[in-house]
Amino acid sequence: MAGVQVSNVSRSFGAHKALDDVSIDFADGGFYALLGPSGSGKTTLLRQIAGFDFPDSGRISIGGESVERVPVEKRRIGMVFQNYALFPNMSVADNVAFGLSVRGEAKAVIATEVQRALDLVQLGKLGGRRPHQLSGGQRQRVALARAIVTKPRVLLLDEPLGALDKALRVDMQIELKRIQREIGITTIFVTHDQEEALTMSDRIGILRDGRLVQEGPPEEIYDRPKSEFAATFLGDANIFRGDTTGNGIRLPDGTAIAAGAGAKLAAGAKASCAVRPERIRIATDAGAPDTANANMLKGQVSKRIFAGNNSTYFVERAGQTLKVIVQNTGADRLAEGQDVVLRWSPESTVLIAAG
Amino acid sequence: MAAQGAIASRGGLRSALPLLAPAYLWLTVAIFLPLSAMVFFSFMTELPLSGKPWAFTLGNYAAFFSQGLYLTLLLASLRLGLEVTLWCILIGYPAAYVLAKVLKGRSREAIFLLVILPFWSNGLVRIFSWAMVLREGGILDTALNAVLPFKINIDLMYSYPAVIIGLVHSYVPYMVLTCYLTLQAIDDSLIEAGRSLGASRLQVLKRVIIPLSMPGLVAGAALIFVPVVGSFMEPRILGGRTGTFYGTVIEDQFVAVFNWPLGAALSFILLAVVLVILALAAPVLRRAA
Repeated sequence: MAGVQVSNVSRSFGAHKALDDVSIDFADGGFYALLGPSGSGKTTLLRQIAGFDFPDSGRISIGGESVERVPVEKRRIGMVFQNYALFPNMSVADNVAFGLSVRGEAKAVIATEVQRALDLVQLGKLGGRRPHQLSGGQRQRVALARAIVTKPRVLLLDEPLGALDKALRVDMQIELKRIQREIGITTIFVTHDQEEALTMSDRIGILRDGRLVQEGPPEEIYDRPKSEFAATFLGDANIFRGDTTGNGIRLPDGTAIAAGAGAKLAAGAKASCAVRPERIRIATDAGAPDTANANMLKGQVSKRIFAGNNSTYFVERAGQTLKVIVQNTGADRLAEGQDVVLRWSPESTVLIAAG
Repeated sequence: MAAQGAIASRGGLRSALPLLAPAYLWLTVAIFLPLSAMVFFSFMTELPLSGKPWAFTLGNYAAFFSQGLYLTLLLASLRLGLEVTLWCILIGYPAAYVLAKVLKGRSREAIFLLVILPFWSNGLVRIFSWAMVLREGGILDTALNAVLPFKINIDLMYSYPAVIIGLVHSYVPYMVLTCYLTLQAIDDSLIEAGRSLGASRLQVLKRVIIPLSMPGLVAGAALIFVPVVGSFMEPRILGGRTGTFYGTVIEDQFVAVFNWPLGAALSFILLAVVLVILALAAPVLRRAA
């Protein structure tokens, strides 16, 4: 096992900067998600770490060993591809055995290791099948077994669950996490699915246009996004834009929005505040003053989407549509067209510098 | 084939008939009728068109077995087919690989055109241009002697190598095309998966790419082997006296000796031998593919 360090890596394809001075430290044994929209450079970064492509500049090291010019077959990595890339001309067992057999391991060793890997992914009895006889989830497991049987230093996953349907994807998320814990391998996982990134990883790196936007544990990125992009890409957020008042902003119509303690920006500059939809309380009248939830706005419900365990209200306010998510507690539901008062606490408000 | 037959229900076949009929009608007229006439001729003592009296006989087929020459020539032709096919694989497969997996866009189109070019030139022109290159004092001889410090004599004309060169030139595009099609269908991520598991490029080639492109290799080999075994033009022009093969003997029966019955019999023996070879090879090749 080994950690991976990416330092100041840049890579251009013609005039297009796919990676622009990216540095990330992937801790040994950690589960790391690279999250970003398509074209953000997340797959390019994974391919640099794998060794399919070399950076124009910067350093990559695996377990302290510099590898940025080492070809993929010498890096001792394991990789799971988006389309699984199982060899169709081989049985499941031969697929898993491939990495050991090209290394010239003894037949008996290969047989034991292959069986152990297949047992780990709960496919112990399917070694004799051909890839085309397996379901999507089973192919996924074979690809995983094939990648880990060689005991690689790092496990790289390129959108591995993208081709599975929703229910199977959730199963595989849990399964993947269990296997990763069991063998304790450093895992780097590329995805564009924010939910997948949140539920599975210890740390998340958000990429946009080839740059690392923000990096940290899921809770930190979700609760304290450093940019509007991070706030809206990972989860939903209501964004207010205005002028800073030091620890909050003033909207163009004069309404003040206070952010949590510690938020400090030079007064007068442009800034925005982000609030998660589930942090906002919705009520039909202002009621008694609420010092904990000091931020207050009035608006009108324009739409309600019922999703079983919760409802999303769309509230119109000064030309802006705000989203409020309310847990289904059985209380009276608000009708469309209803005038409402929104309240939330400064602690739930993140102040973000403009730009 | 069996699966397709099962899908084509009776109703499906009836509605498909208007689509099938033109092709099969044409095949019947253009191939089946003349071929049946040839089968008929092969059992005759004389060509009925010559006006001489004729009778049915097995003598034409017996001739093949009674004279060792025909068998010797057939074996020589089979060897020629095998060698040409091997050279076509050695030359055509790497080219197909580069076309399918290395080149992209414009450069691929340009190189592809060069591969197809022999198809567009007349077969005789191709062969005679080789004759100019290979003969003593020809282009190859002159060019090599101009470059090399010592005198060498290159006269490949009227030799076995000349026949091989001419045939490989004519048939290598088939191998490139069939292999290109199967290689192109192999997902690049399979190659990457192999390398990520620690396999060198050579190991990936041996264990993944070649097995997966086997159908293309087999199709190309069949497309080349069968006509080369019966070829007569290249052996006659480039091989001269050394270029006597089974195909040239058949041609002689039709063109020079006017013994059509014997020529027809020899052709059908060749057809039978080729079919037997393909049938014997089929299980082996199917397993490999």
